Amino acid sequence: MENAVVHEAVLVIKDLCKSFGTNKVLDHFNLDLYKGENLVVLGKSGSGKSVLIKCIIGLMKPEDGSITIFGQDVLTLEHEDLDRLRMKIGFLFQSNALYDSMTVRENLVFPLRRHWLKKELNKDKTDELVLEALYNVGLEHTINMMPVELSGGMRKRIALARTLILKPEIILYDEPTTGLDPITAKEIIQLMIDIQKKYQTSSVIISHDLQCVSMAADRVAMLIDGICYATGTYPQLKKSQDPKVKLFFD
Amino acid sequence: MKTPSYLQQFFEETGDISRFAARFFKEGFKPRYEFGELVRQAFFIGYKSLPLVGITAFIMGLVLTIQSRPTLVEFGAESWLPGMVSVSLVREIAPMITALIAAGKIGSSIGAELGSMKVTEQIDAMEVSGTNPFKFLVVTRILAATLMLPILSLWSNAIALYGAYLGANIKGIVSWSLYWSQVFQAISYSDFIPSLIKTFFFGFAIGVIGCYKGYNSKKGTEGVGNSANSAVVVSSLTIFVIDLIAVQITDLLGLT
Repeated sequence: MENAVVHEAVLVIKDLCKSFGTNKVLDHFNLDLYKGENLVVLGKSGSGKSVLIKCIIGLMKPEDGSITIFGQDVLTLEHEDLDRLRMKIGFLFQSNALYDSMTVRENLVFPLRRHWLKKELNKDKTDELVLEALYNVGLEHTINMMPVELSGGMRKRIALARTLILKPEIILYDEPTTGLDPITAKEIIQLMIDIQKKYQTSSVIISHDLQCVSMAADRVAMLIDGICYATGTYPQLKKSQDPKVKLFFD
Repeated sequence: MKTPSYLQQFFEETGDISRFAARFFKEGFKPRYEFGELVRQAFFIGYKSLPLVGITAFIMGLVLTIQSRPTLVEFGAESWLPGMVSVSLVREIAPMITALIAAGKIGSSIGAELGSMKVTEQIDAMEVSGTNPFKFLVVTRILAATLMLPILSLWSNAIALYGAYLGANIKGIVSWSLYWSQVFQAISYSDFIPSLIKTFFFGFAIGVIGCYKGYNSKKGTEGVGNSANSAVVVSSLTIFVIDLIAVQITDLLGLT
């Protein structure tokens, strides 16, 4: 991956702590995401990767630490300010989270329901945004279909289109290739890379899929024992002699 | 003395459901209002339940009349049949049957739908999309259930009384006008109004419990199944408790 990474941090995580009962999932976790960068957070299942991005988007409250996005502290924002900040952040859920009772079009329009956006967007502009998002993922023909009529790969693409509709500056991907066959997974990763190039987004990709890491990562952060154990490019970490890091690449 | 764990669990859940209901009042009357979703839910909860409630009410009216006739005949009071059946139906049977049918149909569907949305992260996706999921999913469903139950109960009353008319004519002859004049002579506002008022509470209970169970569903398909199942069980039990309280209040007010 060769992206024009600017060393301006758009997301800064400092000393993040989150536990469930006695299980400390994140223990003073630190991480920076730079503008234009694809950062993959690699870790074992249950290591707290999904918890980390749910804390970033404000769906979970950590016990301690800070998360700063574009200079705003996510944890101290009022609900409406957090919502305005969330417009700059796309979130692709592991399960896609498409609304079963709505068509593809209605799913894509849903993030545009925000009351301050409604005033700015008429029907033509909304249709234009929907079609552009569907064009980006190559699924314009599915506009009136229901999610149950789509294959796993198509659902992932539609979920990505919904993430893109507000043209976010940061995209958070929660295990984007989980449950997909290797060919479809490769297509999705390529799509993520194309989108990153087209819109100059910065991304945090949560994954334990090495194909995804090798193709998409500008930088890899390894989440081990609740801390950011190691960071580096994919080739750097692959050559690492640290036994905990080596476990992932052997 | 230590409180038994099942009792503690019962009180904890009752407390959680009460807080959930309080949140409905806190968030439900503040803008933004989800009118479109409310109408959609009212359509599903109300209109889509009409056939089931209608058929059940018709059979109840018919069966109650057929089964009451022999006893009244024995006492030479056959002419009281329309009046007695209509009072039973309007005061108790139609609202209760409607509420129990709704608890089964609506409570389980709300519990399963919200439960499945919870485990597939759709509720989180709504939050991230800038829509308050509690307002969009919970407030609309509770409000729709509260408003639709009285309408379903009225519909159930009408159909059940028609069923009773047919029942009365199976072994006897009662003209259409005589039947209805006897029905309206027997029923007063003090029979009808309290029974209508309690259906609002039945609807509210079905909505709150269905939404609570679904919204707090545990992960996995088993969690969704449990949510749907317990939504029906708990709301059915709550309906009986509300009915018991309503009867006591009606009695205290001298409306019996």
